[in-house]
Amino acid sequence: MSTMLAVENLSVSFPTRTGMIEAVRGISFSLGRERLGIVGESGSGKSQTGRAIMGLTPPNALISADSLEFDGIDLLNAPPQLRRDLRGNRIAMILQDPKYSLNPVMSIGRQIVETLRTHGNVGKAEARDRALAMLEAVQIRDARRVYDLYPHEVSGGMGQRAMIAMMLIAGPELLIADEPTSALDVTVQLDILGILDRLVRERGMGLIFISHDLRLVSSFCDRVIVMYAGRIVEELPATELANAEHPYTRGLLNCMPEIGVGRHPLPVLDRRPEWAL
Amino acid sequence: MNSALSIDRLEVAYDHFRALKGVSLDVAAGESFGLVGESGSGKSTLLRAVAGLAPVSGGTIIVNGEKLGDRRDKAFYREVQMVFQDPYGSLHPRQTVDRLLLEPLVIHGFKDIEPRIIRALDEVGLGSGFRFRYSHQLSGGQRQRVAIARALILEPSILLLDEPTSALDASVQAEVLNLLEQVRRDRRLTFVMVSHDLAVITHMCDRLMVMQDGEEVERLSAPDLSARRVTKDYTRNLLVASEGFRRTA
Repeated sequence: MSTMLAVENLSVSFPTRTGMIEAVRGISFSLGRERLGIVGESGSGKSQTGRAIMGLTPPNALISADSLEFDGIDLLNAPPQLRRDLRGNRIAMILQDPKYSLNPVMSIGRQIVETLRTHGNVGKAEARDRALAMLEAVQIRDARRVYDLYPHEVSGGMGQRAMIAMMLIAGPELLIADEPTSALDVTVQLDILGILDRLVRERGMGLIFISHDLRLVSSFCDRVIVMYAGRIVEELPATELANAEHPYTRGLLNCMPEIGVGRHPLPVLDRRPEWAL
Repeated sequence: MNSALSIDRLEVAYDHFRALKGVSLDVAAGESFGLVGESGSGKSTLLRAVAGLAPVSGGTIIVNGEKLGDRRDKAFYREVQMVFQDPYGSLHPRQTVDRLLLEPLVIHGFKDIEPRIIRALDEVGLGSGFRFRYSHQLSGGQRQRVAIARALILEPSILLLDEPTSALDASVQAEVLNLLEQVRRDRRLTFVMVSHDLAVITHMCDRLMVMQDGEEVERLSAPDLSARRVTKDYTRNLLVASEGFRRTA
């Protein structure tokens, strides 16, 4: 399998008044044209990992890595112009909550067209046609109507589909999805995952799926990375999750209530200081 | 059966939109009752209507044998307390935990304030070290514990829980669910709990009602749901959805 993204010893830290906060502490992984899940609790560094790849780390943060390469391009030393060209074009990111991550004063259609016209020499009429086709591809039934709506006029599931359409319109090779379905109902969640799954298969994209829901990730991804306190504690194929060895992974799996399994009280994570070493 | 909460053909309307279309239910004292459904199914509206936070346009609500009018009196709020979904939005940002817990006690004229605050924090597993912190100095799970302490400090008999764990990590969710079960056992509380997560509801509740579009879809017991004895397609879809993603070829 060809490697699209190679991450070697990546660290992200934030200087604060009370000292350095090390959000990501030396993680390494590689990604081909596959679905990779990154799982962990809040504060485990999973989102900062995604943001570092995308180039959205806040300017006050310190990033270091032995290598952070996307398709042979050294992302860390790339000039801002090149990163802007990549962002939204070859690397795209879906954020958690469409309510906060879409532009509230721009219609959905215009936002999608904007992405397209920023990255390619596309005429207005053609951009509109492609945006409509993309909205249909993410299973928005009434694409023409939705095109002219503003983000506050659509439901959460619809907004998330619009965001996916916006991220996919330029045909990215790498898609980072940061909790794309956490703000949605279970049934809508599955629709969205179905759309992502189909697009990954049809377009041969690489997908990094960031989530705190280990079960959902394991049912969707090929490979899973489990993060704790900024480090990777375990990496394993999704099918092998039942045989996870690290107590943290096992704890995450166990602590969720399951239909038909009565466990009172639920097992809770007994966090050990040595996990964070 | 001694019912703690009995709702008959309850209607809630916002202008012309009917959020609840004649829902009835009966919750026995000491029972834990669950409401499940998608966003917009009216499950939270039902809780809010009981708490007096939604405009009731028809039907009756009876709490511990007393029919509720348009205005809730103080005694009602001693009996019924609510815990909200978003622990970041439901605590006053400029009040310390101490102040948050003090306010209900003062309103209801309690005398032994000091020991009650200490006991309430102990009960939710926070300890007195958290007493003079602000909510922004707490994690999501700790905030939800404060919200539970605030609800319990008046010693209510009914607790309304509106998605109490959906904003929390799975591991923290387990801790909060365990805490809720613990206080229910210790204080013989009646729970009415809303969630979109079937697994959480079956874990916490004896009986549950599935809702859609402001109406009841069906009523089940937790063992029925565990054994997949459901009659409506809508519930079956929810069950399938809760099992995670399945690839269709």
